[in-house]
Amino acid sequence: MEKVKVAILGSGNIGTDLMYKLLKDPGHMELAALVGIDPNSEGLARARSLGVEVSYEGIAYILARPEIRIVFDATSAKAHVRHAKLLRDAGRIAIDLTPAARGPYVVPPVNLKAHLDKDNVNLITCGGQATIPLVYAVHRVAPVLYAEMVSTVASRSAGPGTRQNIDEFTFTTARGLEAIGGAKRGKAIIILNPAEPPIVMTNTVRVIPEDEDFDLEAVVHSVRSMEAEVQAYVPGYRLKSDPVLERLPTPWGERSVVSMLLEVEGAGDFLPKYAGNLDIMTASARRVGEAFAQHLLGKGQNEVVV
Amino acid sequence: MTVDLSGARPPVLVDTTLRDGSHAHQHQYTVEEVRTVAELLDQAGVYAIEVSHGDGLGGSSLQYGFSRTDEMELIRTVRETVRRARVAALLLPGIGTRKELKEAVEAGIQIVRIATQCTEADISEQHFTMAKEMGLEVVGFLMMSHMRSPDFLAEQALLMESYGADVVYIVDSAGAMLPQDAYDRVKALKAVLKQAKVGFHAHNNLGLAIGNTLAALAAGADWIDGALRGYGAGAGNAPTELLAAVLDKIGLNPGLDLFKLLDGAKYVMGPILHFQPYPDRDSIAIGYAGVYSTFLLHAKRIGKEVGVDPLEILLELGRRQAVAGQEDWILRVALELKQSKAQAL
Repeated sequence: MEKVKVAILGSGNIGTDLMYKLLKDPGHMELAALVGIDPNSEGLARARSLGVEVSYEGIAYILARPEIRIVFDATSAKAHVRHAKLLRDAGRIAIDLTPAARGPYVVPPVNLKAHLDKDNVNLITCGGQATIPLVYAVHRVAPVLYAEMVSTVASRSAGPGTRQNIDEFTFTTARGLEAIGGAKRGKAIIILNPAEPPIVMTNTVRVIPEDEDFDLEAVVHSVRSMEAEVQAYVPGYRLKSDPVLERLPTPWGERSVVSMLLEVEGAGDFLPKYAGNLDIMTASARRVGEAFAQHLLGKGQNEVVV
Repeated sequence: MTVDLSGARPPVLVDTTLRDGSHAHQHQYTVEEVRTVAELLDQAGVYAIEVSHGDGLGGSSLQYGFSRTDEMELIRTVRETVRRARVAALLLPGIGTRKELKEAVEAGIQIVRIATQCTEADISEQHFTMAKEMGLEVVGFLMMSHMRSPDFLAEQALLMESYGADVVYIVDSAGAMLPQDAYDRVKALKAVLKQAKVGFHAHNNLGLAIGNTLAALAAGADWIDGALRGYGAGAGNAPTELLAAVLDKIGLNPGLDLFKLLDGAKYVMGPILHFQPYPDRDSIAIGYAGVYSTFLLHAKRIGKEVGVDPLEILLELGRRQAVAGQEDWILRVALELKQSKAQAL
């Protein structure tokens, strides 16, 4: 099979987990290197032991190797702002796992193939990857006035990047609920839970459809089929039950609220299983990378199969 | 512990009727109610009046309940009403953001209280930094402090101090502490903080809001919280009027007008209350299980809808180590309890 060379920029937890996923299920991609900036990083040592080429020269390494066509950026928002420009000028495709959002948002089951002509796409946030599919699933059968998500993640799974930029999580996720989920208004809340043993990522998604006479059966069906679509790349993605209907006071009067209780358990490729929040990011990134790889190999937008 | 108050000084008193009380009021405060309460508190001599959604700025949501009146309007109302008291708001990073903080400053707050779960102080740095830059008095809130040891809390308090906190509070969000717990925690903070003052925020789920506040004062607490009629989450807070009476008797009255507060609690606050919080069956369960006091009304509602005893829901949430702000777990747990019952039959 013809393959496209890809590299991972960032040798932290996310980059390392993505490396395991690309080795396990490369599809049309060939992992050319894991690239960091710290020669002593644990991630680079792991890569070496797995026979993956490594570098600690950062972006310079990638720029010097034109055969690398797709770059997964798992560094930081600040670093990606710089990387985005360099990669664009060098004609590479950037799949951005940071909150920098230089390119359009992508959520695989909603708009994976819409941006295959772009040179930079952004994966929003872990909470966005988990909850936007469900909002969209409601929206496509019952247009959504308001969508609200609450992500609760294990404290241990929230690294310093998330902790120092928690506002960016809420801003970006809320925007994603609107721009990709379809809600007229979005709100995002994140909670870190320090329980031991660590809890699996839980998300609660509540939506208020615009029209009170929506078809609940259609909503349930749409949401359940979306669950199955996400499960195709995040096996630990599961709703606790069918969507629950509640009548609640809202700024728009008493309204029907559809509540969806979601759990995301990670695959445990490298990161622990409770860290479903990190797993869904790397699983989404792999899926987006695969779509780009097929497109680069000549498949049209509608022929891409991931 | 000895409740020796001979070395204690009159504390700074923050009244949170219009913030913690927002939980009991299901976030339905009107401008008129807020104006009346603020006027009373201002005249009675409290240092600061906290006003915002119960879950802090930006808390208006399906998760916590929507505000009837935009909190920025309520903040403006308090600011326009007061002559002496300072105006405060609460902010929980993860719920509210710097955007709402900026709006609140424009609406008139002079103090922000930045609250995190007591293990997660490091998510608040960007908010402290901005608050200091905007010239606010900045207070750190270590919520659910009963869940960790005094030494652990001292580390978290040091983080907040390093971000610029003027005061760091031990917050007994679950009303789960006994006087010794309050004493030891305040003492641990007093021992390590270099400049920051130490505060204590009580809930009355075990009937100890006043007792714990006294224990905190004996340990050196500089700031304490009250609410008229104890109007707050769970079984409520330490009643401001009751604190005034007690502090006055032990010679620590920080300038509060006791009789104004007694009259105001009865004639001003009385007609506003939706109900008088007290340690009822479910509130005691909250204190006993150590869960977030604001779960009370949500658990009662969801328990009724799903057909599960709220007491069972609350105890299970305690077992799962649910933390501040996790109201969405109530429905989750209720559905699971119902399911496991159905299976048992």
